[in-house]
Amino acid sequence: MKNNHRFRRVATAALAASLLVGGLAACSGSGTPASAGAEGASAEDIAKALDTETTLTVWGWAPQLEPIVKAFEAKYPKVHVNLENVGTGNAHYTKLQNAVKAGSGAPDVAQIEYNALPQFALSEALVDLKEFGAEELKDNYTESTWGSVNLNGGVYALPQDSGPMAMFYRADVFEKHGISVPTTWDEYVEAGKKLHTADPKAYITSDTGDAGFTTSMIWQAGGKPYTLDGSTKVAVDLQDEGARKWTGTWNQLLKNDLLSPVTSWSDEWYKGLSDGSIATLIIGAWMPANLESGAAGASGQWRVAPMPTYEKGAAATAENGGGGDAVLKQSKNKAAAYGFLQFANGPEGAKIHAANGGFPSTKADLESESFLNAENAYFGGQKINEVLVQASKDVVPGWSYLPFQTYANSIYSDTVGQAYGSKGDLNDGLKAWQDATAKYGQQQGFTVTTK
Amino acid sequence: MSVRLSPAHSSDTSPTTFPEVKTRRSPAPRLNSQRRGVTRKRSSILLTILMGVMAVYALLPLFWLLVNSTKTQTSLFSSFGLWFSGDFALWDNIVGTLTYNDGEFLRWLANTVLYVVVGAGGATFLATLAGYGLAKFDFPGKRGVFAVVLGAVAIPGTALAVPTFLMFSQMGLTNTPWSVIIPSLISPFGLYLVWIYALESVPTEVLEAARMDGAGEFRTFFTISLRMLAPGFITVLLFTVVATWNNYFLPLIMLSQSTWYPLTVGLNSWNAQATTAGGEAIYNLVITGSFLTIVPIVGAFLFLQRFWQSGLSAGSVK
Amino acid sequence: MGWAFVGPFMGVFLLVFVAPVLYAFYLSLFQNQMVGGDKFVGGANYLQALADPQFWDSVIRVVVFLVVQVPIMLFLALFAALALDSGRLRASSFFRISVFLPYAVPAVVATLMWGFIYGPRFGLFGSINDFFGLNLAEPLSSSWILASIGNINTWEFTGYNMLIFYSALKVIPAELYEAANLDGAGTFRVIRSIKLPSIRGAIGIASIFSVIGSFQLFNEPNILKALAPNSISSYFTPNMYAFNLSFAGQQFNYAAAISIIMGVLTVIVAYVVQLSGSRKDA
Repeated sequence: MKNNHRFRRVATAALAASLLVGGLAACSGSGTPASAGAEGASAEDIAKALDTETTLTVWGWAPQLEPIVKAFEAKYPKVHVNLENVGTGNAHYTKLQNAVKAGSGAPDVAQIEYNALPQFALSEALVDLKEFGAEELKDNYTESTWGSVNLNGGVYALPQDSGPMAMFYRADVFEKHGISVPTTWDEYVEAGKKLHTADPKAYITSDTGDAGFTTSMIWQAGGKPYTLDGSTKVAVDLQDEGARKWTGTWNQLLKNDLLSPVTSWSDEWYKGLSDGSIATLIIGAWMPANLESGAAGASGQWRVAPMPTYEKGAAATAENGGGGDAVLKQSKNKAAAYGFLQFANGPEGAKIHAANGGFPSTKADLESESFLNAENAYFGGQKINEVLVQASKDVVPGWSYLPFQTYANSIYSDTVGQAYGSKGDLNDGLKAWQDATAKYGQQQGFTVTTK
Repeated sequence: MSVRLSPAHSSDTSPTTFPEVKTRRSPAPRLNSQRRGVTRKRSSILLTILMGVMAVYALLPLFWLLVNSTKTQTSLFSSFGLWFSGDFALWDNIVGTLTYNDGEFLRWLANTVLYVVVGAGGATFLATLAGYGLAKFDFPGKRGVFAVVLGAVAIPGTALAVPTFLMFSQMGLTNTPWSVIIPSLISPFGLYLVWIYALESVPTEVLEAARMDGAGEFRTFFTISLRMLAPGFITVLLFTVVATWNNYFLPLIMLSQSTWYPLTVGLNSWNAQATTAGGEAIYNLVITGSFLTIVPIVGAFLFLQRFWQSGLSAGSVK
Repeated sequence: MGWAFVGPFMGVFLLVFVAPVLYAFYLSLFQNQMVGGDKFVGGANYLQALADPQFWDSVIRVVVFLVVQVPIMLFLALFAALALDSGRLRASSFFRISVFLPYAVPAVVATLMWGFIYGPRFGLFGSINDFFGLNLAEPLSSSWILASIGNINTWEFTGYNMLIFYSALKVIPAELYEAANLDGAGTFRVIRSIKLPSIRGAIGIASIFSVIGSFQLFNEPNILKALAPNSISSYFTPNMYAFNLSFAGQQFNYAAAISIIMGVLTVIVAYVVQLSGSRKDA
């Protein structure tokens, strides 16, 4: 009897405790203040919001965000910003998606790359910034970056940086083996053969397969693998003319063993960039900062040249990476959040961004004299921005990403990666990727057409 | 304990030897460990060599960690992995690790200590209470309890991660230390260990005596039984300390603010820094940080090792 | 009265295990689409999983892993435990601690260290290749990756299992040894007739936990994937499959179904292992 009594007491206490916790949680969870209700705000509202005691949470991994936040807080002392690095790329998107799905826990502002933006815009997680007057900012940014944030008639982010591709190369390695800087892809393949024959430890570039790289290369070749029609119709075609042009070149490199088997962004990759065993990098314009910090030993040896093209003299590039910042619908401080974007992605933020190794998306900065004439010591004093800004002007227009691009990228190594691993035909890999991507789209309720 | 004068079973025909007659008055069975004084065995060179190979296998990566903690970022890339490079930068690396980003490593260390003390401490306490309860009391549903707990261990952690995340986020617990601590409070292996140990080393007679004196069950537990359970209890503590110190997966999902990261998640984020556009590669700090993360646990082991033997021995009798 | 002691544990257990499992089961009965939202589908996810080649690929892989790695690891652990127990080892404390030490290392750090050693260009394997002019198999290639992961796992857990066996050996009553001594039994006879049978329970428990651990293999392949993306697919193990379905594809419902199937499978296999162990006793 004594036992039962005590048990009942313990049990009731436990039950009461759990109810209390549940109740408290419910209380704190609900209760939306009136200010979060209306979408959109005028310039005065935004200015007022920035002059009120507020705390903003910003999720982002770009290192330039730190100095930008400091400057923002200095200018608007009543607004306190919590800058959080919750992961890079997919890790960050996973957290963001989880928070969106859970209905709480999302930040006010989030960094989102251009290739992931359609996904978040479509799932209605982001505020359409047109309601805050973002449309007027269109001419401040390059065409390709604005095109990446202007989706389905709405503006879902403000661009921060851009990544027009160029060819970074080791001048010393080229000189040592008498290789001239390639301007076409055919010349590039030849350079690769010459280099590897002369030094079996050196490779023209490293590639074990990367979704962003593949899509950018197809982009440069004029391919359009992903087309959107409205918000529910999608076409996936990874075997069009542009794709074939790329695989035509890249298959040669793969089959002839001209690609270093080191995975990008690993410590071995940084080693290869330092010691010259990786001779070129076809990558976005934001790379200099990474080279400077990760391959410090190779200072003075790297240079920049335009990306090789398929036809001699016909300049063409693509964007590789780069992104902007968006305001989440879950935010309770939308006006202040937009105010932050105005600063961070506007002229003041862009200056700080560029000064900290970022590559701008704003026309003003790209075309400023000081930017173009800057001599970069790491690159032996070369005025690298001249090449990079020209690259941003040569981006092939008309590209779009999928509304489920992060998923498609996550299965890249299961499909195209296998072609890399077995040194097979990249076309087969692309077809597998296409099929798997289409299947997912159909499962998710899209109407998917493939070729 | 009576003395055996003849062998328990003699299936061999071998020359008879007069058995040594020994009298001992200990109530507990004489353990293997106590027979040292009887015979002295010759040490085997072969065995030592073979174990030596195993020790090298076990220690090699740790040696790599130690050696590479002394290198700078650039010499990491230019020197042979298993030996020191020209410059000895261990002190610089340690300072760098502790001060990077306003000393976030120290914050993560403090977080990890919090999670370990509350999480492992709590887990040990809950497992000890429950194991004792299973061993010493009869109550309806007793058999079900252990079956259910063991069954739950079989469910993959990833199955639980998402529902737990969604649940916790509705309760407002995500991104708080509770989201890390609460899941770490359950140690099924700990429960099993204490259960077995309690069966062996807490004689029911003692409990009966205490009951007759009128002491309540909890009082008995805290004043008498706990002392007898100490080795098992300490062993569970050691294992839960290791588990919570090394906890990675669930905190990764639950926490989105680096201020609450444990060391494992923090180190991983440092490592990932190298993979971001414009990010600063800090491999030397990641390696030194990993080294510093292991040192306290090694220390805990060496300190608590005398409890290993007696604690686990009872757990393996069944 | 027993419930007063067991209660706190069970209370947290309900919150941390039972509630999520029930919720996972609930989730597994629905499907969520980016275009269309949630809808109830009953057992459709389970049928899909059972017909999913990627799922079975991952299951077969962990079974292969289990069948090869667990015996090797337990054998090494047993060898080490017997060696330590034999009394014929010098510096046995040192060996005991060294072999156990890897268990203290977090999986993140362990995989980092082994990832370096495995590196094809600058790792230890690469250096050995260069130095001796050999062309050893590449640990991170698709053909060797499972063995490489098995190695990391063995490295991490042999010491833990060794300690379980060692402690069990220490409890064997000395009378048995004296009797064997009188019979003139040699070392191997002692091992076969006394030591091994006496620690049968410990071997059983270690086996079950290792089996469960193998089915749940996740940490090492997940962390290694960044270094070897083409060798480790997103469905390399069932746990990884569920993880990527949830977090890359946001397909929580299907992932829940997969996890529940895996849980059931694991319980069945663990039960079978337990039964076959106790049948040997009888």
